[in-house]
Amino acid sequence: MKDKKRIGSKIFMALLLIFFYAPIVYIIVFSFNGSRSLTQLNGFSLQWYEKMFNDRTMMESVVYTIVIAVLATAISTVVGTITAIGLSKSRPILKKTVEQINNFPIMNPDIVTAIGLLMFFSALGVKKGFMTLLLAHVMFCIPYVMLSVTPKLRSLDPNLADAAMDLGATPWQALIKVIVPQIMPGIISGALIAFTMSFDDFVISYFVTGNGVSNISILVYTMSKRVNPSINALSTLVIVIITIGLIIANIIPILKEKKERKTV
Amino acid sequence: MNQFKRMAYPYVAWIAVMVLAPMLMIVVYAFIEASNDVTTFRFTLSNFTRFFSDQVYIDVLFRSLYVAIITTVICLLLGYPAAYIISLAKPKHKGLLVLLITFPTWINMLVRTYAWLGILQDNGIINNLLAKIGIGPITMLYTNFAVILGMVYNFIPFMILQIYSSLDKMDKSYLEAASDLGANKVQCFLKITLPMSLPGVISGITLVFLPAVSSFFIPKLLGGGQFVLIGNVIETQFLTAGDWSFGSAISLIMTVIIMISLYITRKVDTDPEAKGGRL
Repeated sequence: MKDKKRIGSKIFMALLLIFFYAPIVYIIVFSFNGSRSLTQLNGFSLQWYEKMFNDRTMMESVVYTIVIAVLATAISTVVGTITAIGLSKSRPILKKTVEQINNFPIMNPDIVTAIGLLMFFSALGVKKGFMTLLLAHVMFCIPYVMLSVTPKLRSLDPNLADAAMDLGATPWQALIKVIVPQIMPGIISGALIAFTMSFDDFVISYFVTGNGVSNISILVYTMSKRVNPSINALSTLVIVIITIGLIIANIIPILKEKKERKTV
Repeated sequence: MNQFKRMAYPYVAWIAVMVLAPMLMIVVYAFIEASNDVTTFRFTLSNFTRFFSDQVYIDVLFRSLYVAIITTVICLLLGYPAAYIISLAKPKHKGLLVLLITFPTWINMLVRTYAWLGILQDNGIINNLLAKIGIGPITMLYTNFAVILGMVYNFIPFMILQIYSSLDKMDKSYLEAASDLGANKVQCFLKITLPMSLPGVISGITLVFLPAVSSFFIPKLLGGGQFVLIGNVIETQFLTAGDWSFGSAISLIMTVIIMISLYITRKVDTDPEAKGGRL
């Protein structure tokens, strides 16, 4: 009886994982297809990769996606961390208010945030393009950074910074040498979340961008109306980038731990 | 300490401008007459009456709710057992399973949704397999089925991870205590596991229902041009029709409906009857 149940749950999980990974495998396989078909495999070829690398709009979208994600991650991680530290020393009412307002971009449907920003940028007369895209990404990334940094600050001894300053550290030194190292895990996971949020975003980017600036998601959306196997090649590229990123993100802590163990 | 306090001030100014001002603009636009001139405010409810008096929009609203509710129910029915199985797995398998569930969510939703286009086509993989056993072809693309499948596919990881994290936090000694006191497996599950995992279920429902009801690219890619949900109407108003006031009114209506749905879900959770089973 127990064995039967175990086999049942194994089959269930296997089917679920097939459901999860079939489309991903499908894209990778068809990116090497010899013909235009999205349904029939006709030999192996690299022509879609060649087409992709020769397609300027596709390559530009890859570059924009990475540049925006890196900049938005850097800015939102720094600002989010600084703000979280500041708020941890502020009055509760300010803390509560900021937390509530931070919930708007997290809890609102993306499309609502998107149209708000679209109208806001237009009202200010800002030209839609790279800057509006970056501002929007920074705006929706910061709350996630703060969400992952704040709990780490809460578990920190509140007298730590005072102790450092009593021993002669300037406030800046206390911040950089004492507080930041203590909350580093929170900062790193916040930065990772920010990066993926920015890298994957479609809805908000789609509404606030313009003047030919588009990221990978927007490009796939506009191109998918016609059969274009280069999208498969581009998607495979995305999958490879994300996989490498994830492996690095998972391996660095392990390597660090090993190194620390050695030095101990 | 004051030096640190000041570090929060720039961000307070930032959210006032970048978060509150856009939200305020949606509310203001929803209640003014459609015109490109923002300086002449004229209060009106016509944007709302236009929505509720047109059968086309009412149909869109109900279709959106229908698709979102079906999606949420399927995610719950498939996601709960999956989360339950993971929570019972050996510790070294647990981490791997969670990683396998999480990994696809790191890849662009657009990319993953696009993949289904080829799979579901009339001469796609599924229909080719069905043809081998003599069935089909079945038209799947551009139907309700394709849209709901796309949504379940995109959003079910959130449900699984939320339920798993609340199941994983559960103190297993409650179960031992219950079975020592004579409860059978079913009783243990209904009286202990299920009530204790409810917070995860509630946040899972939130994380699936919210994007499902407002989604606009899944219906567009997998439902074709004719499959219109409320998100598509908002998109059209802003990017094609240019009627910001009507678009703002529709997104306000959508937001209110989402808030009511989430309120009802939470209410069910805090129902005293449901609380009876909690420890």
